[in-house]
Amino acid sequence: MEGAQMEDFRIEECENENNTHEDSQMEEPEQNNKHMEVAPALISVHPTRNSVAVAVGSDLRVFNLLEDCAVILVDEAGGASHNDSIRGIKYGANGKLFVSAGDDKLVKVWSTESWRCIATVCSEKRVSAVAISNDGLHVCFADKFGVVWVVDLPGVDETQAPLNKKAVPLLAHYCSIITSLEFSPDGHFIVSADRDFKIRVTVFPKKPLDGAHEVQSFCLGHTEFVSCLAFICTPDSPQGILVSGGGDSTVRMWDIISGSLLDTCAVGAKAQFESDTTEGNCSTVTDICTIPACTLIAVAIQSLRGIMLLSCDLSSRTLSVMKVVSIIGENFVPTSLGSSISGGLLWMVTGASKLRGSDVSSLSRVKVISGFEKSSPDASEQEPAVLVDSEIPGGAKLLEKLQGSISVDEKVFLAAADAVKTAMCNLLIKKQYSDEKREFRKRTRNDRKSKH
Amino acid sequence: MLQNKANPTINKSTGLPRKRFYRARAHSNPLSDSHFPVPLSPSHVDYSLHYPQLFPSSDRSDGSKKIEFADIGCGFGGLLISLSTLFPETLMIGMELRDKVTEYVKERILGLRVANPGQYQNVSVVRTNSMKYIPNYFEKWQLSKMFFLFPDPHFKEKNHRRRVISPHLLDEYAYVLKVGGIIYTITDVEELGEWMKSCLQNHLMFEPLSETELDADPVVKLLSTATEEGQKVARNGGQTFQAVYRRIKPASQENS
Repeated sequence: MEGAQMEDFRIEECENENNTHEDSQMEEPEQNNKHMEVAPALISVHPTRNSVAVAVGSDLRVFNLLEDCAVILVDEAGGASHNDSIRGIKYGANGKLFVSAGDDKLVKVWSTESWRCIATVCSEKRVSAVAISNDGLHVCFADKFGVVWVVDLPGVDETQAPLNKKAVPLLAHYCSIITSLEFSPDGHFIVSADRDFKIRVTVFPKKPLDGAHEVQSFCLGHTEFVSCLAFICTPDSPQGILVSGGGDSTVRMWDIISGSLLDTCAVGAKAQFESDTTEGNCSTVTDICTIPACTLIAVAIQSLRGIMLLSCDLSSRTLSVMKVVSIIGENFVPTSLGSSISGGLLWMVTGASKLRGSDVSSLSRVKVISGFEKSSPDASEQEPAVLVDSEIPGGAKLLEKLQGSISVDEKVFLAAADAVKTAMCNLLIKKQYSDEKREFRKRTRNDRKSKH
Repeated sequence: MLQNKANPTINKSTGLPRKRFYRARAHSNPLSDSHFPVPLSPSHVDYSLHYPQLFPSSDRSDGSKKIEFADIGCGFGGLLISLSTLFPETLMIGMELRDKVTEYVKERILGLRVANPGQYQNVSVVRTNSMKYIPNYFEKWQLSKMFFLFPDPHFKEKNHRRRVISPHLLDEYAYVLKVGGIIYTITDVEELGEWMKSCLQNHLMFEPLSETELDADPVVKLLSTATEEGQKVARNGGQTFQAVYRRIKPASQENS
């Protein structure tokens, strides 16, 4: 085949985003309507556990743990805060701000005090990942073209009317969708991961509005898409140790200064052993979360009912599988993980929006694992354990807010299992096209049409 | 390669490939997803495949020589061939997205190596999308020269992001270029020439070479004369626009 004929239809799709009706006839019926695209549920926990947020579809749900009550979001823009699937939510490191964004191309910055929307930023393209700089002065978001944008915030001013800020480009991955954005613990670097196995570490400049031009390193070693990033904070290295997970069923540990791969942990083999499914590629790492105060990393793996705990040896800089915490009795495959600096809890959510063939439109189920506080390899008195619903901080009130209902029917769970899987796949795996479809698209390309 | 006598694509008298058997479209979409192998990281680039005489085994020790020149979009390889003898001690590679063109350059180098024993051992070519995979081939600060000769102009504004010189891609080029390394660009399209110049001019990690430096640099003369594209422009009496910039360390980077 000639190189010239190898077309990336995914990108063409991006390019023609504004006239989707033209190529919609080419899409599979289920992809025809982009409103049928399901989105996995997301969870994020306030750094000092003041609150916890869950996003399902366009719905943003927050529970205030300090005051033990559901939060009502205040958005002067009126109506629903988001009107399409939310793809990224995150608290800033100092806990003052929260950001949410997704397919509706709106980036919303919230004050975590009043839960008022203090700024709305319009993106040209759909947003795939978000982050807030450690000083809380800049919000970054990645769009579907692989460009990371930055917006400056004048600090939290409760009295001011919501700002309509304009974003400027900060950096770009060449045409690869960015799956995760993270700031290093010292705030000096911004790390971006993409669907082309690349992790880029960029110096976060003093004047971010002029762009971030200095690449510190590339962390190369994943053989498939990178789905998630997290930092292990240690006193020895202020920039932290980066861990990443991806479609190659590995969790990898990196030195971001040099970009060198410190260790690789093949979690897929272990997960396959634990899970009962035999389908191929069911051990994609979908999310990772480091648990502060101990050197444990929680890993969510597609089709693993529960999480896998990895232990990180800081002196030898190695990763090892510690154990699998299974969730018994429920078909709970986490789609997103979260933790706070204090508290020793791991928060998990599973779910998806826009379920079809079901009487409920979306599903989210929250679970919590406790027992990390004093855990060390030889301390056996406290073991990580899944809390029953009544033991979860906030109890029934929290579940009612974050899940939409206190209990979730097992039937709904079963109906949602496929949707959750589809949602994760759509998010991360490049669309494959058959030869016939490629030919058809080539024949109907815009630049050829005039000749017919 | 050894069945030369029966192979009509090879010129019998020179042993070099005949261009008419390697015709390809002039353009290729850089946004295409690739269907060719890409090395996992720069340490995975197999130098023994590219420079067999200099690297008899695929194991490379840390101190061994690395590629220093990269011709991005090398086309039929005219510049590389000239550079190979001008800098016989320097390893250089051409990167080309069109596979037929890459095949031609490969055959051309092999032919030249056979016809000139001991020469052209420092030059090679690879089929890749340099806009996506530069960091997979070169480490930080590895290159001393990068060439962008007569790149695809992509006139439409919608397609400007396909241009091989762009503000964001210059960040990556600055990453693989050592301080003092030089980017050479030339085009016969005035609009693109201005675009490339302004991208480089506005980037805080690049500064233009002075007139005297340009005059003293033997490579600058090759830009318009060595490549097939440059010769074509000269034949037609066309104008060319070049921008040659040096990678510098900006003041904000002093502490790093």
